[in-house]
Amino acid sequence: MVPRTTSTPGGKTVDIELRHASLHWQQHCVFSNLNLTLPSNRWTCLLGQSGVGKSSLLQLLCGIADGADIQGEIHCSDGKPLQGRVAWMAQQDLLLPWLSLIDNVLLGARLQRNGRPSAEQRELAGYLLQQVGLTDRATALPAHLSGGQRQRVALARTLFQDQPLVCMDEPFSALDSINRLRLQDLAAELLADRTVLMITHDPLEALRLSDRILVLQGHPARLSEALEPNGATPRAVDDAEVLKQQARLLRLLAHGSSLAEDSP
Amino acid sequence: MMRALRPLIITLGLLLIWQLIVWLTGAPRFILPGPLLVLETLFNQLPLLIQHAGVTLAEILLGLLLGTLLGLVSALSLVTWGGLRRWLLPVLVVSQAIPVFALAPVLMLWLGYGLASKVAMATLIIYFPVTAACFDGLRQTPTGYLQLARTLGASRRAQLLQIRLPAALPAFGSGLRVAASVAPIGAVVGEWVGSSTGLGYLMLNANARMQVDLMFAALLVLAVMALTLYFSVNLIARRLTPWLEESTSHATRGNTP
Repeated sequence: MVPRTTSTPGGKTVDIELRHASLHWQQHCVFSNLNLTLPSNRWTCLLGQSGVGKSSLLQLLCGIADGADIQGEIHCSDGKPLQGRVAWMAQQDLLLPWLSLIDNVLLGARLQRNGRPSAEQRELAGYLLQQVGLTDRATALPAHLSGGQRQRVALARTLFQDQPLVCMDEPFSALDSINRLRLQDLAAELLADRTVLMITHDPLEALRLSDRILVLQGHPARLSEALEPNGATPRAVDDAEVLKQQARLLRLLAHGSSLAEDSP
Repeated sequence: MMRALRPLIITLGLLLIWQLIVWLTGAPRFILPGPLLVLETLFNQLPLLIQHAGVTLAEILLGLLLGTLLGLVSALSLVTWGGLRRWLLPVLVVSQAIPVFALAPVLMLWLGYGLASKVAMATLIIYFPVTAACFDGLRQTPTGYLQLARTLGASRRAQLLQIRLPAALPAFGSGLRVAASVAPIGAVVGEWVGSSTGLGYLMLNANARMQVDLMFAALLVLAVMALTLYFSVNLIARRLTPWLEESTSHATRGNTP
């Protein structure tokens, strides 16, 4: 029997709404009164330059934004708090160097109260490592892996958590371009039908993977209208529509005009 | 092949220089005995040397154990309780302004001339380096690891035991290495200030009686003991952090012939 992984986690479909979010940095308003909706089972992408507060926004949703002066109300459509129901994947793989790959995937189970992963959890972790193509390295230490392989393990660890929301903070930006494309394809396959929020500064990445793209920019920063590319993900890099939209988004990011002004 | 022979060649070379100095200066045996004479004394007085070395070794090992445990517990408490940190850290730092050697006579007065005062010396001398190393190691856990642990729903206890503690093991290893190299100093100084056994006592005694060859033999035994201790601790520290060895050995292995 193959453990269930990619379908909707536990049958839960949760829409998530962030209301009235504001971020201040050294008495300077980065954004205020920001509203963000994350529809269930869709891949939403937040596109913006660095320093615009994307990561802080993501950390607020993950419940780990204690350093920054950020506030906001989070509402889930099932009425329960979001805290503890987010799987977080960062730019760094954050693999613990003293744990083998399989134990890194099992980290969520290892950190729980009893701390001992069950046989089912082990089976699931093994299956996820197989999904990311690293079955034969299960007992290796992270130091023996390349950057791309390490981020694959981080992806497996994120999937192992099986949470209603997956938050990804520029997960592929530290990789070389070939590995980045491969991991984007893999992530699109494994995270299909999940509720995902991905942050990136790369328009091509956003266009390849997301159902909805929101641009965050300006002083103070505001969210654009959602851009909803057509076609199934992952979209090809040489897709005419993708290339056209990429040029448009790049222009938009570079010159700071709004999506509405720019649209034909 | 060369790698295995190198220490032997270095040792023989140093002994040769030592013997040459004795020949050239014509120093009398009560000022500078030659290596051959020292070796001869070493073999003749072996039972005596072993008897005193055993005492010193016991002092060093007990001091090392106590100092490391105290240092580890202190570092863990400092990291766990912020209030304790604010009150205790300044005290710890100020206490380091007092040289441990200056405390030796007081320790003799309080703990007597036996084993206890020397163990206390060794413990005191390694306590601060071990505490500082462990404390720094525990504090400098990469933020990303802790954030990840929090999104995984880890309790503070789980974060400490499964993230902070393993992440601090390399720093703990360096603290342990420093401790192993200074603990013998503490024990020997303790013996100098007041004792009736131990290698430090034997050296002072031999020196006073112009038995410089015996003093050198005792010094040799002490050096071998300290080196063995350091390498054993180094081995333990490396066993504690196998991932470090694996990630750095590729780079270093490439450079060695």
